[in-house]
Amino acid sequence: MQVRVRIRRYDPAQDQRPRYQEYVVDAEPEDRLLDVLNRIKWEIDGTLTFRRSCAHGVCGSDAMLINGVNRLACKVLVRDLGSTITVEPLRGFPVVKDLVVDMTGFFKAYRAVKPWLINDETPPPTERLQSPSERERFDDTTKCILCASCTTSCPSFWSNPEYIGPAAIVNAHRFIFDSRDRGAAERLDVLNSREGVWRCRTIFNCTDACPRGIEVTRAIQDVKRLLLTERV
Amino acid sequence: MNGVQGQARTRGNFELITWFFMRISGVLLLFLVLGHLTIMHIVNDIQEIDYAFVVGRWISPFWRIYDMLLLWLALIHGANGLRVIVDDYARHRGWRVFWKAVLYTITAVLLFMGTEVILTFRSVG
Ligand code: FES
Repeated sequence: MQVRVRIRRYDPAQDQRPRYQEYVVDAEPEDRLLDVLNRIKWEIDGTLTFRRSCAHGVCGSDAMLINGVNRLACKVLVRDLGSTITVEPLRGFPVVKDLVVDMTGFFKAYRAVKPWLINDETPPPTERLQSPSERERFDDTTKCILCASCTTSCPSFWSNPEYIGPAAIVNAHRFIFDSRDRGAAERLDVLNSREGVWRCRTIFNCTDACPRGIEVTRAIQDVKRLLLTERV
Repeated sequence: MNGVQGQARTRGNFELITWFFMRISGVLLLFLVLGHLTIMHIVNDIQEIDYAFVVGRWISPFWRIYDMLLLWLALIHGANGLRVIVDDYARHRGWRVFWKAVLYTITAVLLFMGTEVILTFRSVG
């Protein structure tokens, strides 16, 4: 089949403002959108710029706005997109070039929640043991691949880039609810600020957008509830 | 993301408490407002609601407390909602201060006027 791919392009060296460019490409229904983008870049227009790495939905590099929703280009099939496909960069980040966005702020927010194990106690001679139900408590949020689909689908984030965003909260959740971790208080201090969890308006866009099926809004509510029971 | 590490951290539990207040007041308002609407629009016809009606109602402290609760909860709930919207959309510091000043002033004046009436109302004639 033939598909028309409309791509929002922007080259800061040449363009005053972003523009749309259309490419007509042959594609199999079972091709992933990433294959189509690669075909355009390799065979039609080498100037097209986008990020990708693993091509299997693991690294989180190729999140983009596909037909108006955030998806990983390597995880959507052409047959699910129709014959005209619109591809745009993630919303709410500055565009560096074409589909490549500046994620500096995103990773700054991620680091602000200290996404590593904090525990100063003397380590036991073997592993720090954990029961299956203790592991289950934060299982969902271990799946995050930091693709930024959730954060850039959030209207609160669009209107206010200072908001720490769903992705950072998910990664804080992963440690706050880990029975081996002792850093919950430090992370909750960050999330309890004006730009923390209270910016969330329970819109659920993040949950819809997550390519890993993480229940993002639920994770945010978990943190709000914990703050409520711990600090009031 | 200056807000995350910067000044916003010093605000203690303010956002947490206002968030919780919105939940509690929201539930209470649901019943208070439905009760109010039923009495004012279904049980009684609006034509019947006049000065004498209010005088009769406010003889009982119950209705004064009811109306006071309605006034305080609804105004603060609404004002806090607007405060949050200002925080969301007024990105420039100066505008944020301006809109909050307007908002808090209007809220305070309305709260004061309403409270004064409910507390000091005496029937004339
Ligand atoms: S390229 Fe790695 S997630 Fe798509």
